[in-house]
Amino acid sequence: MGKVWKFGHNVNTDVIIPARYNITIDEKELAKNVFCEVKPDYAKTVNPGDVIVAGDNFGCGSSREHAPIAIKGSGAKCIIAKSYARIFFRNAINIGLPILECDVYDDVQEGDEFDVNLETGIIRNITNGKEFQAKPLPEFVLKIVNAGGIVNFLKSHNIEELQ
Amino acid sequence: MGTLVEEIFSRKLGRPVKAGEIVMVDVDYMMTHDNTSPLAIKAFRDIGKPIMDKDRVVIHFDHAYPAPNVLAAETQKKIVDFMKEQSIKNFYHQGICHQVMIEEGFVTPGKIIIGGDSHSNTYGAFGCFGVGFGSTEIGVAWISGKTWFRVPETIHIKLTGKNLPGSYAKDVMIYVAGKLGMDGATYKSVEFSGEYIDRLPMHERIIFPNMSTEIGAKCGLIAVDDTTIKFLENETKAEGPFEKIVPVNPRYEREIEINVDEIEPQVACHPDVDNARPLKDVEGLPIDEVFLGTCTNGRYEDIEIFADIIKGKKVSRFTRVLVNPASRNVLQKMIDKGLVKILQDAGVTIGVTGCGACIGRHAGLLAPGEKAFTTMNRNFVGRMGSAEAEIYLGSPAAAAATAIEGKITDPRKYMRA
Repeated sequence: MGKVWKFGHNVNTDVIIPARYNITIDEKELAKNVFCEVKPDYAKTVNPGDVIVAGDNFGCGSSREHAPIAIKGSGAKCIIAKSYARIFFRNAINIGLPILECDVYDDVQEGDEFDVNLETGIIRNITNGKEFQAKPLPEFVLKIVNAGGIVNFLKSHNIEELQ
Repeated sequence: MGTLVEEIFSRKLGRPVKAGEIVMVDVDYMMTHDNTSPLAIKAFRDIGKPIMDKDRVVIHFDHAYPAPNVLAAETQKKIVDFMKEQSIKNFYHQGICHQVMIEEGFVTPGKIIIGGDSHSNTYGAFGCFGVGFGSTEIGVAWISGKTWFRVPETIHIKLTGKNLPGSYAKDVMIYVAGKLGMDGATYKSVEFSGEYIDRLPMHERIIFPNMSTEIGAKCGLIAVDDTTIKFLENETKAEGPFEKIVPVNPRYEREIEINVDEIEPQVACHPDVDNARPLKDVEGLPIDEVFLGTCTNGRYEDIEIFADIIKGKKVSRFTRVLVNPASRNVLQKMIDKGLVKILQDAGVTIGVTGCGACIGRHAGLLAPGEKAFTTMNRNFVGRMGSAEAEIYLGSPAAAAATAIEGKITDPRKYMRA
């Protein structure tokens, strides 16, 4: 179980982590400034297992991988958004940050308690009792996720084995 | 047979490819810069296998170059050490990666280039599949030489008519972004065509694929014609022959026709690129910094338009006016053609070639409460420094008029009839 941090639509990569902090690739260092402009409390009080909820087009903007890495480094369990920008989606999968595509947006308040099963994609809002089913990931994407990211996948496989 | 993106993938794979297919293809070049190379190097080292073809690796220093602080300097030193160790030849520090990729001849029709920068879509102006990637996946491609794609469906934007005086490709693209929205083309290929595009020179065509990123597109493409080929032959180091890649009996997911005849100068207002309005709606808004440059509008012709307007005038007393040429070549041409003198006389600060203020790393950051008018491609909150600053996007001509008055100004006021 984790607490929900609710963001809006079109959360862009500059909002997730401004470029001036991208001078390191250390996930814990990056996590210190994640969402610093829009939710300064987040980095200070987020607990492992908390969940990020957002609307459409999460992660739009830059290709910077620092964005999903900063979120991963913060200890968040996963992101649940209505939709993702394409580079962010690929980046999150590649670094092993769980992301779910599901429209929970209108049925959640900041601070609600969520129970998320990453295996089944079943999301329960404990606070209001509502239950949701996330969209399943394509099979070859699941191969990357199950390996814990593309780097781990490549250690023991060839890229062709994704197909 | 098919849309431009289907044509590119079909030629690459030697069989007909349709939208929706997931394909594994060879990548011609893998591009990263000082911001995105470190994570690619990390992925490469973690996997522990050799680079498949070093000539396909291209690294630029442009985002924070020369280094504005010790950490950035350390990062760049590590990248240089890596390039020495791996004998990487394709290393550039002479301007914005996308401009240098074009000048140095990497960008040609039919190529597939993955770039560790979201504006790698820019290459689509040359019928080249350029696409933004995260660093880890680029490190993976250094080793595998390949990557996977879902071949995207295509939104066709047909542009007819011609610009009003004072309006440019930038104004048209801001208008398009306003119509489609920031996620209007997510995961899609956007094909730009029509008599308007046919007549445009390359430096104006580039704006459309470059800013297709701002509407979420996987790629933005323009068919190859004589204009493309002449530019590649005369303005770049690329070696032909070049394939004339055009759509063949394409089936589009969506078609949009826009007549540009009536598009007045536009401004993408704080805080989103799709917050597009006619410039007259925000005319008079006081501006603290005018910034001309970037991979969108930092080319010689952009600076020439700006210089034509500002020639013989002075920039407004309390407005910082910065011009960052997109590359060393652009700066050289500015020197040769006398533009440097015009800008210096007007009180413009000419900055280093590169990304500079556009990403809020160095050379022109904004203080809380300040407003910038710039030729950049995005105006996200906090992009240029303080999150309490505001960013307005427009054309080089509007930037020049705004620099003179210190407030958002219609460029037509300063243009010769």
